[in-house]
Order: sequence, then C-alpha cells, then structure tokens
Amino acid sequence: MLKTLGAAIGAALILGAATTATAAGTISGAGATFPAPVYNKWAEAYKAQTQTTLNYQPIGSGGGIKQIEASTVDFGASDKPLNLQDQQANGLVMFPTVVGGIVPVMNLPGFKPGQIKLTGPQLADIYRGAIKKWDDPLLAKTNPGLKLPNLPITVVHRSDGSGTTFLFTSFLSLQAEHWAKEVGANDSVQWPVGLGGKGNDGVAAFVKQTPGSIGYVEYIFAAQNAMTYALMQDKAGQFIAPTAASFKAAAANAKWTSAPGFYLLLLDQPGANAWPITGATFILMHAKQTDAAKGDEVLKFFDWAYKNGDADADKLFYVPLPANVKDMIRKSWSKIVGPDGKPVYK
Amino acid sequence: MSDAALPNAGPAAGPPVRRAAPRGSLIGQIFEGLCFAAATTLLLSLGGIIVSLVIGGWPALSKFGLGFLFSTAWNPVTDVYGAAGPIVGTLITAAVALIIALPIAGGVAFFLTELCPAPLRRPIGTAVELLAGIPSIVYGMWGLFVFAPLFARWIQLPLMSAAKPGSLLESLTTGIPNGSGILPASIILAIMILPFMAATLRELLLTVPAAVRESAYGLGATTAEVVLSVTLPYVRQGAIGAVMLGLGRALGETMAVTFIIGNSHTFPKSMFDSGSTIASTIANEFTEATSPIHTAALISLGLVLFLITFVVLGLARLLLRQQGAKL
Repeated sequence: MLKTLGAAIGAALILGAATTATAAGTISGAGATFPAPVYNKWAEAYKAQTQTTLNYQPIGSGGGIKQIEASTVDFGASDKPLNLQDQQANGLVMFPTVVGGIVPVMNLPGFKPGQIKLTGPQLADIYRGAIKKWDDPLLAKTNPGLKLPNLPITVVHRSDGSGTTFLFTSFLSLQAEHWAKEVGANDSVQWPVGLGGKGNDGVAAFVKQTPGSIGYVEYIFAAQNAMTYALMQDKAGQFIAPTAASFKAAAANAKWTSAPGFYLLLLDQPGANAWPITGATFILMHAKQTDAAKGDEVLKFFDWAYKNGDADADKLFYVPLPANVKDMIRKSWSKIVGPDGKPVYK
Repeated sequence: MSDAALPNAGPAAGPPVRRAAPRGSLIGQIFEGLCFAAATTLLLSLGGIIVSLVIGGWPALSKFGLGFLFSTAWNPVTDVYGAAGPIVGTLITAAVALIIALPIAGGVAFFLTELCPAPLRRPIGTAVELLAGIPSIVYGMWGLFVFAPLFARWIQLPLMSAAKPGSLLESLTTGIPNGSGILPASIILAIMILPFMAATLRELLLTVPAAVRESAYGLGATTAEVVLSVTLPYVRQGAIGAVMLGLGRALGETMAVTFIIGNSHTFPKSMFDSGSTIASTIANEFTEATSPIHTAALISLGLVLFLITFVVLGLARLLLRQQGAKL
C-alpha cells in the first residue's frame, strides 16, 4: 500500500513540475489596490492573446514600493509617486498607467448629486472641524439659494493608509495653508476630526449610513453606489462635476514634459473642465534589469495595454492617458537597461 | 515498565511479557526524539517571535521610550507615535465583551446540561458549535452592514434624544449616531466569543460525574443550588481556562472590530465614541507603512499586545493557584 502511495505522489510531483516547465512566461507585480481591477482585466485579455500570465497582488502602495525595492517582483505599483531623487536613490524608473479621480461624497437627504458646490478651502475647513454644520454661512456663500439642513457634519476619512488619502491630503495642503501646517499630506495622517472607515468601501458604507456625513472615495465607488457628490471649484473659479471627461481634461492639460521622472500630482490642473482632485497611478521598475528578457516581457505587457486596454479601462471607470503621454512613456523606457547596458524594450 | 518478571514469580511462572519493541530500541528513541523536537520547536518559535518583535520595534521603542505607552499622538507625517489609544481601546472592548458574553455563555451551557429537554439537546448543542466556527470577518461585515444601522436606530438615537443636556447620560452618549464606536464593537466581539465559551463550558459541565450531581439532588438541592455550589466549583479550573481563552480571542480580534470601531487614536470619551484597538491599528496601517519608524511603531504595538496577553494568562494562573490552595 505504501509503495503505491509513494508511486502516486512521485507521479503527481513529476506531472506538476512538467506542467509548470511548459507554462509560458509569467510576470509578477504587486502594489496599489486602486488599479488592481484594470490590471487584472488587462492580464486576462493579454493572456488570451499571448499566453503570458500576469500575477498581480494588490497589497497596497507601500507594499508595492517595498517589494520592488527588495526585487521580489518584476514591477511595483503605487498611487503615491516617488520623486526623482527617491527613484534614483533606489535605482527605479517610474511611469504612469491610468488616471483616476477622487470625489467628495456626502449624505444629505433630499439633495441630488452635483447640487452642492464646494471650494478647496471649504473642504479643508470641514475636514479640520472648523465648519461643523451644513447650514454654516461659509458654505452658503458658494450655495446661494440652497437651503442646507441644520445637520452636524460627520467627517469620514480612511482608517488605513492609502494613495487615495495621499492625493486627497495633498489637495487640501495645496488649498489651505493651515492644513499643510497642521496635518500635512501623506497616505496616513493624524486626522483632526472624524471617524475612519477601512478602504474605499468602508468610507462609502459609513457615508451611506450616516445622514449629514461627508467622505472622499475613488470615482468608481461614487459612481457604482450612486452617491451624492459635490462640484468642486477649479483653478479658474468654475465649478466642475466629476466625470470621466473632467478627469481626462486634467490629465491632458498636465505638463508631463516638465515633470522629471513623471512625478506629477494632477491636482488643480489648468484648463477648462479639469477636475481638481485627479491623480495617476504609477509603475516602478528597476533601471538595471538582471533579466533582460523578463524586463522586455513587462514592458511589452504595458505597451499592449496602452495600445489595446483603453476600452477595458473606460468600462471600469478609469481614465486612460492621452496618446502624447503614452508616447513620452515609451521613450522613457530606453532608460531601462539589461545587464549588457542595452535597453530591454525593443 | 520493565521486562522484569512480577515479584514472587519464579522463572517458570508463565510465558514472558512480550512488548512491541524493547525499551531502548531505535524506534523508541526516534519517537522520543521527535516529541522532544516538537516541544523545542514550539518554545523556540515563541522565543523567536518575542526576539523579532523586540528587534523590529526597537527603533520606535528607543526613540519614544516608556512614553510610547502613555501618549495618544499618532502622526505618520511627523513620525510621532503613541500607543495609549489602541491599548485602552483593546482593554475596554475585551473587558466589555467578556462582561456581556460570560453570563450568557454560562446560561447557555447550564441550560444545555441541566434544563434542556433531551430531544433538543443534540440539535442546540450542534448549533452552538457551528456558530463558534463562523469566521470573524463575516461578523465584521455583518456588524457594519446589518448591526450598525439597527443599533443606531433602536439604541443610539433613543438614548441620545432622551439625554438631557448637561446630564451624566448625555456625556456617556455623545457621539455620531451611525452605529459605529466602542460599544457596538464590544457587542460584536461578545457575540463572537459567546459560542466558543458556551461550547467549552458545556463540554466541561458534561464531565461532572453523574454521581456527584445526583447525590446533590438527592440531598434536596434545587437546580440553581446544584449548578452554583456543586457543578461549577467542580469545573472551576477548566471554566477559568475557557474564560481566559475567550478573553484572549477578544484581545486579538482584528477584522470583526476594524470595520465598526471608527478608528480614531484618541481616548474614547463616551460609550458611542470611536476608538481603536491594537489589532485593528496594525491591520489598517501595516501594508502602507513606508517610513521605518511607522513600521517599528506598529511592531512595538504587536509586542505590547503580546505582553498584555502574557499578563492576562499570568493572572489566570494566579487565580487558579489561589482557588487550588483554598480546596
């Protein structure tokens, strides 16, 4: 009996080894949870065409940065961009893939999405507890004629560290000096007031359950849950609605050419109809690849995604980059070289 | 056991005692070696965990010193951290959960062993054990989406509207009426540790010999007297062990609490205020903590939780020794 068992186990092991040996290439990545749905969709379509599998683990932007620095994955993904010094210090190259918007959502019974107008400084005051009630005269200034209710404002923020928080607090720091001094911008901050929900869905759940609450979520959550959002004031003083078109406008008007290493926060971008709280999500790769073929595989995947992945991205409420930015990114890939010093991307 | 023949038996007393393998044989030695290896592996892992927690948390511990345990600051931007908020939240939620769950668990166990009609005993017992197996994240999601709105509507809002301004009730019930906070989190924890404690207590009560119970009944004791004065003292040791296991689970529970506790790092000032526990803080922030001091602070939190559990177990042992000395 023992002999047959041993033979069966041995056969299974050999079969397993054989199947993995004949499997086509695999590339691995880890990092931000925000783009995980679109990366997985792209991976599915890419595998159908080329037999290359992408193994992406959404462990968080911080985790993605740690893993690529430790070289345990082929690429890292992060919502929080690294500036050029940090990139060079760790020998990394960074480029963006898709763009998303962050939307302030609220629970005000009787108000439709897009009825309330907010400015950046007002949002900062709400989030530091300076504006405590919805019928505060400061809010009435941008909403003349609207009878805002006498409800206390319940602030909802993220309890976990996240690139969404980084982008949101960066926006508030830009708009209000006291926010920049008292709280600052990071993927996790010491919030002056409010309660914390875990993840975008935690924040959305709290906002939906609490009348008079306000929170910030990625656009996809606001759209899928039909939440009441506010119009935000852009640089020119116009009030913009958060739509795929306004995110695209923010990405298109951005000055990528003057952003070394693609370090650019798409906050408060100039131009018409540009949503002020937009941000790209980034990929990090080592500038010196130890395996040139692997590096080429990864870049081929992203090249394919830039060419063919826009429809999938749109369906999942992400905003693809404009064509000129994609060309700039491809040019920057010449910085990624193999052990022989030649660029891996052909 | 030795191969020596029984005393007073001569060499011709009968066939010699045959054993599967004589003592000192290879198989015996291998078996003893494996058992020894298992025990040492366990102890080494425990020691390794403590050492790695201390090493990992050292940057934060050396930077903040003992003040780490008493400060409520938690600022990832300026890298200043203090563990007081999560520690207090952990202790409060675990204590309140135990206070709520213990009487109910005891009641369920006593009902099942003393008062329940015989045909219902097996189904209810099985149901309790099944409840004990529900994963904690299911409790967390149920708590956020089902329990929190009900709690807000039926308990929080009536209490908050009934509280007169300036009264004690008002200071106890200030907070956001959306069903999140320290008290709802404690109730979810209580529901979570309840089936486990009830099942264990029931198993313990079933070990009481029928003779002991029957003799108590025979002497004229009522059901309550039998339960409180005879069976409970009989299983005291195991009962305290079960309670400590339930408390240990409540102290370390992560997902059931994270969704609903509101996650603020300051001291909760009322029953309905938000708080945080050590486990929920670590679960929320560990993957995104990029600065070394932030990671070290979270590892130090883990070390503190380890020490809290140690202290609780130590108190349990002390309690048992005192009880044992009394007998």
